Order: sequence, then structure tokens, then C-alpha cells
Amino acid sequence: MDLIWLIPALPLYGFVMLVLLGRKFGDPKAGWFASLLVAGSFGVTLKVFFDLLALPSEQRVFTQELFTWMPSGTFDVSFGFMVDPLSILMCLFITGIGALIHVYSIGYMKGDENYSKFFLYLNLFIASMLLLVLGNNLLLTFLGWEGVGLCSYLLISFWHTDMANSTAAKKAFVVNRIGDFGFMVGTFWVWFTVGSINYVDIKAYAPVMAGTTATVIALLFLLGAAGKSAQLPLYVWLPDAMAGPTPVSALMHAATMVTAGVYLLTRLNPILAQAGWANDVIAWVGVLTALVAASIAIAQTDIKKVLAYSTVSQLGYMFLAVGTQNYVAAVFHMVTHAFFKALLFLGSGSVITQMAHEQDMRRYGNLRKYMPITAGTFIVGWLAIAGVPPFSGFWSKDEILAGAFNAGPAGPALWAIGLVVALMTAFYMTRQVIMTFFGDEKWRVEEAEVGSGEEHDAAAHAADAHAADDGHHGLTPSHEPGESPATMTVPLVVLAVAAVIAGLLNLPFAHNLEYLGNWLEPVIVDEHHLPAASVLFGLASAAIVFSFIGLYLGYLVYSKRKVAAEKIELAAMARGLYIDETYSRFADGPGTVIYQGVADFDGAVVNGIVDGVGSGTVGLARLIRPLQSGLVRNYALGIGAGAVLMLIFIVTRMNL
Amino acid sequence: MIGTLLSSQAAARSGDLNFPLLPAIILVPLIGGALILVTPARRNDLFKQIALMTSLVSSALMAYVLVTFRTGEAGYQFVVRQTWISDIGVSFHLGIDGISLFLMVLNAIIFPVAVLCAKIEDNQKAYYGWLMLLMSASMGVFCSLDLLLFFVFFELVLVPMYFLIGMWGHGRRVYAANKFFLFTMLGSAFMLVGLVSLAVLNARAVGGPITFDLVEITANQSLSTGAGRWIFCAFAIAFAIKVPLFPFHTWLPDAHTEAPTAGSVILAAILLKFGTYGFVRFGIQLFPEASHWAAPVMMTLGVIGILYGAICATMQKDLKRVIAYSSIAHLGFVVLGIFSLSVQGIEGGVLVMFNHGISTGALFILVGWIYERRHTRVIAELGGIQKVAPVFAGVFTLVMFSSIGLPGLNGFPGEFLALIGAFSTARWWGVVAAIGVILAALYLLWAYQRVFHGPVDAANSNFREMRWSEGLILAPLLFTIFFVGLYPTPMLERMEPTVDKLLEHVEEHAPDYNVKKIEFKGPADAAAHGAVED
Repeated sequence: MDLIWLIPALPLYGFVMLVLLGRKFGDPKAGWFASLLVAGSFGVTLKVFFDLLALPSEQRVFTQELFTWMPSGTFDVSFGFMVDPLSILMCLFITGIGALIHVYSIGYMKGDENYSKFFLYLNLFIASMLLLVLGNNLLLTFLGWEGVGLCSYLLISFWHTDMANSTAAKKAFVVNRIGDFGFMVGTFWVWFTVGSINYVDIKAYAPVMAGTTATVIALLFLLGAAGKSAQLPLYVWLPDAMAGPTPVSALMHAATMVTAGVYLLTRLNPILAQAGWANDVIAWVGVLTALVAASIAIAQTDIKKVLAYSTVSQLGYMFLAVGTQNYVAAVFHMVTHAFFKALLFLGSGSVITQMAHEQDMRRYGNLRKYMPITAGTFIVGWLAIAGVPPFSGFWSKDEILAGAFNAGPAGPALWAIGLVVALMTAFYMTRQVIMTFFGDEKWRVEEAEVGSGEEHDAAAHAADAHAADDGHHGLTPSHEPGESPATMTVPLVVLAVAAVIAGLLNLPFAHNLEYLGNWLEPVIVDEHHLPAASVLFGLASAAIVFSFIGLYLGYLVYSKRKVAAEKIELAAMARGLYIDETYSRFADGPGTVIYQGVADFDGAVVNGIVDGVGSGTVGLARLIRPLQSGLVRNYALGIGAGAVLMLIFIVTRMNL
Repeated sequence: MIGTLLSSQAAARSGDLNFPLLPAIILVPLIGGALILVTPARRNDLFKQIALMTSLVSSALMAYVLVTFRTGEAGYQFVVRQTWISDIGVSFHLGIDGISLFLMVLNAIIFPVAVLCAKIEDNQKAYYGWLMLLMSASMGVFCSLDLLLFFVFFELVLVPMYFLIGMWGHGRRVYAANKFFLFTMLGSAFMLVGLVSLAVLNARAVGGPITFDLVEITANQSLSTGAGRWIFCAFAIAFAIKVPLFPFHTWLPDAHTEAPTAGSVILAAILLKFGTYGFVRFGIQLFPEASHWAAPVMMTLGVIGILYGAICATMQKDLKRVIAYSSIAHLGFVVLGIFSLSVQGIEGGVLVMFNHGISTGALFILVGWIYERRHTRVIAELGGIQKVAPVFAGVFTLVMFSSIGLPGLNGFPGEFLALIGAFSTARWWGVVAAIGVILAALYLLWAYQRVFHGPVDAANSNFREMRWSEGLILAPLLFTIFFVGLYPTPMLERMEPTVDKLLEHVEEHAPDYNVKKIEFKGPADAAAHGAVED
């Protein structure tokens, strides 16, 4: 237990060492060094986990205070860690998947001129993420929260000579800051109400917190979580964030960082228990995000964009679970999603590197022949996310939907939308798998022919331009893809195995099989109750049926070509339902006008007045300058006149 | 006079110390200035060295003060008191407490860096001479415990700064220097009227001889409510111009932009703090009732500064103007925090004063180096620099995020405490001000993007990478950025007793002042009182 501090300290050490010596380590030593430290951190996490496991469940919370961080009056915040079932679970998958993706990056980043810099950012990210989940108070979580945001900024703009990457990074940071506003004000409110921002104190106080206060606080933290976890209306940064290297997309923008919002809300579940309708807001934000993002994903042509919108959509599921107080399901889906989505992203990265950095799926096809391991593992990920039993995604998604069904009067509506999203998920993933790994080898045809007649949607166009700018858009008809090196395929295989079996964590058949539910039980105060077993069975059957309908429709459209794809992939969907565009149009239009207006006001009006006073004074001085004539008789006249006036004044007013 | 100051008699008054540290800290740069004055103008190799050595000696003395400062004491330490003009009760009264300590430390960090940060071609003798006078006067401002003495130092600073901008500045430097001078003089006129009437009214009320002694007048609190408020306003105008608060800020972008690098650094890091420090020392402390009365207006001006400064900063085309307007936003946090009249707010305010000095100072130095290399600060003419100078870009990124207020770096603790303090006494001011954290990210990241990211064109392709010597100059600032960000506790615990005492003073003299005590109430306790709606 005393080793807790070592969990974030190891990657932090890696960061510091790589700042100092990274260039000297070089390629690939820097990568192995960084990976080793994260693996070490995973080892320590395991040790702490087993220590925790040995304790009776009600004693499974352990805090370690390192030093007083920010003491000011009664606001006394320490730099301290808290290990409990929730935080150690987060640590396990952050360091576990983190280590795998580090290893993968050794191969992926090979030959990059800033090789060691990439790994120092990754190490810093892991350290920040661990601080986020291990912090024993809101402020320390915020430190990690902003730390991962910083790493996200630095890694999205990793290839910074391309302005598009830089813009995406800036967008990610600024949009996240909107969420941070909610986080900060929420923290103020918690402190003002509870008198402390330690999680232990919050949990102790929450049962007597006034309902309105709890609602306001919950909504503020929802804003924060919606920023980090890319929910409506703040999700727009995540698809653009795919500009970063693919391992970054897998690690941060799919598996770990974006789940921070779900973690935060789960951590604050004692407040949410008092927050009344704020929970409904969370559930609806979640389910609508899932729906919107899934519909956009259907029409994307960039392999990473599909996965990005899919991530937004899956995070929506987790928010739905949180909003229906189904926290175990939220965490369960967080874990399974981390496995299969990291797998899918890394698989896409493997494809992209083998296809000369082309990301347009319309130029792929039949790749299973050239890269069997990538294809096989990708297919496992596909089945997992599509909700095919017994793959992991089925179990966690089913639990969310079953929970939603039972959540008050709106429950069935939430459930129904969730079910439609499940169908859409199966559909767009089938589309992706078929376009990439099956069918004709479309890059064999000259590019112009593929694109002809089709409208080039804005997103794909930007992606093309991006690839062209980077100068690695070299996919020619004679291109021969192959399988990626072992550093990349071994992580794929490990993740594929996890994506298959992770459902075992929480099987619904018997209470003692619900390992995750039992494990998290001490952390969660107001656990939602699932419907009766018979209803549950019906719901699960419906979910399976909808998944298979999705799969079959995808097969019909993209393999059998019974229906023209254009009829389904509407232009509006390809352009993200115009949401992002509307934002940009506002920012570039009225937003800029307002900003410029204020700046002009400052220059013209505020400064104008000052300059006016200045020139006015000069003018006045010119006017009265003749008075100072230097002629004594004029002065004498003035003095005389003045004396007479004063005399008159005194005589008339003083009643002498 | 100098002789008597250093005499053992004066030293004896400083209590446990035998050496009058504060007068020495003020005097050493002055001696440096005198040395520069007597050195022949052709010895161009010597001036910078003399300036550096003397500023370092002064800083070393300040370091000694910092180390020996007694944590946990609320009152003034290192006090020196010597009658100066006995007829009107003016004395050479110096001392520091937990609030002024770190502003003195800031001086001690910034001045040696400012001496080193730029190469000066013409008239080095005058340049370094003025710089030393500036250091001496700045130190004096933060430790004067006599109103007239404070006023003298406050005004004395104007002279060297006027010449630094007017003679070594860029572009419209004369316009900028005049504007700076006239604006500040206008404020000073109000302050002079205020402090003379304060001394007179105080003497009349108490029935003793006239005194300008801060400690005595503070203790007396002899003014009527109305008189107190009027005189507070007179002081407030002077300080509001100096901070600067909207709408008195227009001198700042011009002065910052046209000043030479060291001038911008000192203006931003030190001179602006005269205003906010003045608000604490000569506003809240002298006029607790009036400060509480004026707090809503002051906090509103602070919030306006935060948002307005950030918005104006975003649209600037000159890198220096971006940073200049960002100062208005940062100082808005200070004013907001101070006038929240809460422990967190005032401590946060003081922290922001210090950290704004470090971060913005570093930013101005970096921009100065960009100008040295490219002879332009226009954002549109720069671009892609990260490609050719990654270390330079990395350092800039670090300083930028410290200015944005990223947790873990120095900008955050102060900003956060100022906001949470404001929230605790004036909720909606705190909430609106927190929007500033969004805007701050926007203007800096956008400027950074245009200057450092993107493809590099011919004009920028020869941008020189950061030198070791430059890294060394910035090293003290970078160290502070990390240290204060990760461990602000030593600063907070040194200022806390002073702030507590200040707020007790406010509580005693401002009848309406009533601040909710926020502390962790166990659930049992809370339940006993019922779930309380706030």
C-alpha cells in the first residue's frame, strides 16, 4: 500500500529522464525505456490491487498524503492519493493498456524525427492520468485533468508544421476549457457547501446535501465531464483530435483520457444521488450524443474518423449509464470499450502505416490477404463493439440498456434510442470492416476514378489535403501492403484476447459472477436495480436481434450492394449534421465580430477619449496662452480687475 | 542622511538584527547607479557588469531576508525607523510583512534578469544607471511604512521608467512615455491630496502632531465614514491607473509595447503591482470600512478587466500587445481576489501578483528575443518557428501554459484561490470571472499557433535556436514556475498570518463585513441543522 506514490512516479520519472536524455537514448531506446516504466507502474498497480483484494470489502480504501499542497485559511488541500476499488481499477487499465500502446508506438513512431519527444509526452500523459484517478480531492483530480489536456494538446499538434493539426490541438484545449469552467465552479460550490473538497468528506456529507445545491453541482460537473468525454454539445474537438499520431488516438482519445468524465461523475455519485433531475439530463445528454455520433459515423470515409465518432457514441452510452445511476455498467463498458476501441484504433494504425498513410477507406479493400493478424484482431474488435455475444461489448452494452429500461418513466424511451444506436453501431462497423478488409483492392485503380462522380465531403477533403501536406500520401496502384512488425501486432493480439474475454468481469447470471459489481460496491452509494430476470432476458434478446440486423444490413449494403450506399450515407451525416460547421461559422462570424468590436472599442473609444483629453488640453492651452503676454501693465490690469471683483463679492455676500 | 541610516542607532531599532537590511537593499542599487555615474562613458564594458553585480548583491540581501523571515508572525519584520522631516511627522520607516515580502522577492528575482535580458547598443551608461535607480525605488515602494516615503518612492519610479521608454523604446516611444507619465501623474495628484488630507484629518481627530506614519494612522482609524470614503477614492484612482483597471488602462498597451524589453519586463512584473499592492496596503488596511463599501465596484472592475483584457488580447496583431492586454486580465484576478475580502482571495491575489511577474516577465523576455532575431513582433510575419527552434518553442510553451494557469505551474494556485475567494463572498462575480480561464487559453494558444506552428517560410527559416546563455538567464524564472506551481505552501504560510490580521482589522472597523466561515461540517453536524439551503 505504501507504494501508491510509485504508480504515478514511475512514468513521471520517465518523463523527466526523457526531457533530459531523450535525444541521447534515441530510437528505439527511448521507446523501450518509456514502455518499461509504464510496465513497471502496471506491476506496482497489480501489487496494490492484490493488497486491496486481501482486505475485507468495507476496508478497501486507503489514502496516502504526501504534502500540503495549497493551504489557505480553511481551504486546505493536500497532495494525497486515495486507492479504492474504483481508482485501482482505473489504474489497472490505464497502465495496462498504456504499456501495450507504448510498445506499439515503438514500431509505429519508428524513424520520426521527434521520436523521444513522443515518448516523453506519452509518459507525462500516463502520469497525469494516474494523478487524475488517484487524487484524493477534486483539485488534484483537476491537476491530472489539465495535465492530460496539456498532453492531448501537445500530441495532437505533434506534427506541428501542418496548420490543421495545430488548429485541432487548439480546438481541443479551448473546448476542454469550457468544460473546465464547469469543473472549477463546481469545485468552488462543493467547497462552499461541504467545506472540503476531499472525496471522503464529500461522500460523508452528500446524504444531507440540499437537493438544489446537489443539482447545480451535478450540472456543473456534467459540463466538465462533457468537455473531457466529448459529449453534446462539446464533442466537436474529438473527431478533429485524430490529427495526432494513431497510438495517441488509441490511448488518449479512445481508451483512457476521454473516460475521465465518466470517472469523475462516478466518483461523485454520492452527490448525484441527491441531484434529482440532473441525472435525467446526464442520461439524455448521453443517449443523444450516442445517437448523433453514430449517425455521423455511418457516413465517414476516413478510417480514423469512423472510430472517433464511434468513440463519442460509446461514451454516450457510458453517460447514459451514469445518468440512470447504473455506475457499474458505466465502468464495465469503460473497461471493455477501452480494450476493443484501443484494439480498433491500433488496428487502423497498422493499416494506415501499411497503406502509405492513406486514411480514406474508399481506397482500401481486401487487406485481410496482406495483413492477416491485423485483420483478424480487427474483426474481433468489430464483433465486440457490434455487441455480438459472447464478445465483451455485448455484456457491458446490454447491462447499460437493461438499466436504462428500468430507469423511471423515460426509461423505455432511453432504452429504445440506445437500441437503435446499437443497430447503427453494428452497421457502421460492418461497413468499415468490409471496406477495409474485404472486397476489391481499390487502391489498384487510379485515384481519380474512385473519387469521380462522388461529392468530396469536407472532412475527407481536409484529410486528403492533410496527407498531401505531410508528403506521405504515396499510395500508388502498385503499392504492396504487408503485415506490421511484432511490436505492433503483439499488442493487437493481447488486446484482442482481452476484448473477447473482458465480459467475464461481470456476467449477469449469478450474483457471485458479478465480480465488477461486487468489487465496486463500496464506492457506489445508490446502485440502480436491474429489471427482473425474465424482462432482462427479453431485453438481451432484443439487443442481440438489433445487433444482428445491423450486421446484416451492413452486409447487404457494402458486400452484396443491394442498396446504394449513397442512399444511407447522407451528405448531412458526412458533414457531421452541420453541428461543428455551425460552431465554426459562429466563431468566425459573429464571434469574431464581437471580439473585433471590443478591440476596436478599446482603440477608438477608450483610447480616443484619452487622446481627446490630451489634445483638448493642448488646445485649451493654446487659447489661453496670449494671457501670459509678459506685459506688466496687462498683469496689473488683471490684478486690479480681480481685486475689484473680490471686493464686490465680499460686499454683496458677506452682509458687512 | 545615509550615514545616520546605517548607524547603529537605526539598526538597533530593527530588533534582533544588527544590520539594517531593508535600507541596504534599497541603497545598494543606488550605490551601483552612482558608480555607473562616475565611470567614464567610454568604458562600455563595465556598466552592465556593475549593474549586474549591484543588483545581485541587493537580491542576495533579499534572499537573506526571505530565509530569516519569521513564518507565523503577522506584523512587520526587519523594521527600521528614523525621523526624516520631524516638523511634519515624516519618518524613514521601513518594514515588511507576509504581503510585501514576496513582492520584494519578485523585485529581487526580476531585476538581475532584466539587467541581463537585452543587449543595449547606445548610451549604456544612462540605461544601466536608470535601471539601478528603478530597482532602488521599486524596492522602496514595497517596504515603506510611511505614507510620504511611499509617495516619494512611488513617484521616483516614474523618472527612470520615463527615460527607459522614451530613449530606448521602439516606434512611438515618446507618445507612449508621455502617456505613461501623464496618466500616472494624474493619479499621483489625487493620491497626494488624499494622503495630506488623511494626515491632517488624522492629526486633528487624534489631537496630536501631524504624522504620515502608516502604522499609527492604521491603528487610529480616526476618520469619519464619509471622509474615509472620499480619501479612499483619491487613493483608489491613483492605484486604479497603476494596476491598471478599466477604463484607465490605455497607457499600458502603448507603454508595454514601445518600451525596451527590460522596460516591459519591469513594467509588467513590478510597476503594475504598485497599484494592487497599494490597494491592499493603503486601501484595505487604511480604509477598511471604505474598502468594504467599495468592494462591489472594485470587484466588478476586476471582472471587467479579466474579460475585456482577454478579448482585446485575442485580436492584437503585435505579440507584445497580446501580452500587454493579458496583463490587464491577470491583474483583474488580483483586484477581484483582494476585494473579495476573504483569506483565499487576498492570498490568491498576492500569489497572482507574484506569478504574473514571473510569467509575464518571462514572456516579454522571450518576445524580446524574438524581436532581436527577426526585428519584428508582428504575428503575421512570424510562423513555423517550432520547426527551426524547438527548444525556444518548448520554453515558450512552458511559460505560456504557466500564464494560462495550468495546474502544476505557478499561474494556477493564485488564480484558483482568487476565484474561490471571490466565489465565497460574492458568488456571481466568481462565476463570471471564471469564464476568464476559457478566454485566456484562446488568446495565447492562437498567438502561439501563428508564431510557432505551421510551415516555416524563408524569413523565419534562420531563426536562431535558444542559446545556453539565454537559458541561464531564464533559469530562475523557469525554476520559480515549477516550484510555486507544485508547492505554493511556503508562500501561503508566510502570508497567512498577515492576511488573517488584515481581515480581523476589516471585521473590526467595517460594521457590515460578515463573511461565512467555511469549514468541513461532518454529516452529523449538518444533519443536526437540517440540510441547509444556501
